[in-house]
Amino acid sequence: MSELLRCENLTKNYGRITALNNVSLVIPRGKIIGLLGPNGSGKTTLIKILNGLLTPTEGSLTIDGFKPGVETKSRVSYLPDSSYLNSWMTVEQIVNMFVDFYPDFRPELAYKMLKNLDIDPSVKLKTLSKGNKEKVCLILVMSRNAQLYVLDEPIAGVDPATRDYIISTIINNYNPDASVLLSTHLISDIEQILDEVIFINKGVVELHKTVDEIREENGMSVDELFREVFRW
Amino acid sequence: MSWKLDKTRPICPQICEQICVRIANGEFKPNERLMSVREVAVTAGVNPNTVQKSFEQLDAKGIIYSVRGSGWFVSAETVTAKDEVDQLVRSKTADYFDQMNALGMDNSEIKQYVKEWNTNE
Repeated sequence: MSELLRCENLTKNYGRITALNNVSLVIPRGKIIGLLGPNGSGKTTLIKILNGLLTPTEGSLTIDGFKPGVETKSRVSYLPDSSYLNSWMTVEQIVNMFVDFYPDFRPELAYKMLKNLDIDPSVKLKTLSKGNKEKVCLILVMSRNAQLYVLDEPIAGVDPATRDYIISTIINNYNPDASVLLSTHLISDIEQILDEVIFINKGVVELHKTVDEIREENGMSVDELFREVFRW
Repeated sequence: MSWKLDKTRPICPQICEQICVRIANGEFKPNERLMSVREVAVTAGVNPNTVQKSFEQLDAKGIIYSVRGSGWFVSAETVTAKDEVDQLVRSKTADYFDQMNALGMDNSEIKQYVKEWNTNE
C-alpha cells in the first residue's frame, strides 16, 4: 500500500502551550481514517498544519512527498471547521468559483448532490440554514477529485438522515488512490465506515488501530472505547 | 437488502456470516452474481475495504469466487456456506445455554423450556 501522508516528530507550540507533541503518523492511500479526540486535543492543529495554514514548531509533514504548499493544495480537499464562503454569493456562483480555482472540480457531481439534498443553486448562501450551509460546503469539498480529503467535523450540524447521506457520499466517492481523514465527535455514526482510527489526546497519539482490531480486542465499539479512554 | 450489524463486534466477520446465511437459505443461488463491493458498502454503510476483505475471506473458503472484470459469484457448491451457518447456530445455542445457566437453569430445565416454547408456537 503506497503512502500518502507522513508526519514525523511533529510538534506545535503556541507560546508555552504544546498543542501537538512529537506526533508521527503514516496514512496510506485508499483509507478512510477517523481523527478522534476530546476538545482541545490537537485535532484541528494537526489538520491546519497539513493544509499549510500553520507551520510546525518542529518535525516534518509531507503529502505525496511534498511539504504543505502549492503542490499539496492541488492534492488536498479541505473542509474547515467553520465556513469561509461569501454569504452574499449564490450557490451557483460559488460552484463557478470552485471550477475556476480547482482543475479537479467536478461541477456535474456538485449539482447532482445539491439536487439530491434539495438545495436550490440559485439561492444566496446567507438564506440557507446552518445545516444546509454545511451541506453546501461538504458538497464542494467532495466534488473535487483530490488525493486527500480532510474533513474537520463534517457531520456535526446536520440531521441524522443527512448524516446518512453524507456517509454514503463518502463511501460512493471512495477511490483506492485517495484517502479521507475526518475528525468528529459523532463516533457512533461514522465508525462503521472507518478503516482506521487515531485517538489523539493532549497533543499525543494515544492509539492508531483499525476499527475491527478495536472491536476484536476490546469487545466494544470505537464509541464505547472512546468514552472509556477519555472518561473524566 | 438490509444488513444488521452489531457495533461491538468486528464488521468483517459479520458481513461474511450474513452472506453465508443468504447462500444457505437459498436467497443467493449457486453461480448467481453477488452485489459489488461498493453496493454492499453503500447498503450496509460500511467501509469498502472491509467488504473487500470479507469477500476475499469467503473466496479463500470457496464460498464465493471472482471472475475478472465481472465481479463476485456464489460458488456452485454451497456446503461450506451451510457449514458456516451450522457453526454459527451451534455457537449461538451455546451462548443461549450460558445465559440460561446464569439465570440458574440447569441444562435439562433449559431443554424443557425450549420444548414448551416450541409447542406454544
